[in-house]
Amino acid sequence: MAVIKKFLYVNRKAPHGSIFALESLEVVLIGAAFDQDVALAFIDDGVYQLMRNQDTSGIGTKNFSATYKALGDYDISKIYVEKESLDLRGLSKDNLMPLTWEDEDDDWAEKDSIQVVSSTELAEIIDNQDVIFSF
Amino acid sequence: MTIELNGKSYETDEEGYLVNLSDWTDQLAEEMAKADGSELDDPHWEVINFLREYYEEYQIAPAVRVLTKAIGKRMGKEKATSKYLYELFPYGPAKQACKYAGLPKPTGCV
Repeated sequence: MAVIKKFLYVNRKAPHGSIFALESLEVVLIGAAFDQDVALAFIDDGVYQLMRNQDTSGIGTKNFSATYKALGDYDISKIYVEKESLDLRGLSKDNLMPLTWEDEDDDWAEKDSIQVVSSTELAEIIDNQDVIFSF
Repeated sequence: MTIELNGKSYETDEEGYLVNLSDWTDQLAEEMAKADGSELDDPHWEVINFLREYYEEYQIAPAVRVLTKAIGKRMGKEKATSKYLYELFPYGPAKQACKYAGLPKPTGCV
């Protein structure tokens, strides 16, 4: 049995206008096939990636924000959003898309994937990872 | 590459995936299957329609593992096996079914 490592994908950039957010999401989805312990963190402008009601029709790019809602299907249930980054931008969890996963061990109960954490808590989470990808 | 159907031609990439998602019709799916030497019956359509709905909602073609789980939830456990899906789509359920569904090749498809 292979060792399961803890992977954290750190997202710091706004979703549109650069390729970082989409690339990160694709790597996450590809990596999810390898049965590792995967978590995502959203810091700084990265918190905009999870905003509700994104609309890219004005800039002619694909609106991939719907894809975050599929993360639960890929057994990704740990999505950390830094509270300070939300506060600085006048945002709260209500401005973010609801993201859920289904707990197989709890009769497929639908559970919230997003956890708003302080920068101190996030530092601890980052400290506990085996592998960190920064986008 | 192109597919010719009813006097119109539809552009595909070198592996036969439709370039424009909006070109898709069920007739085009039948045509693609025929070119691969197979025929589409109800069980195939069940999967193809599911994939199209999934793409519509999430903007991605799901990985096989996700497809299998979702099929099981919706259509019953006996269909939630890769064996069932491989019997329907011997070239790989995600790859082949996505092609017929007019979707891009699944992300992370190996």
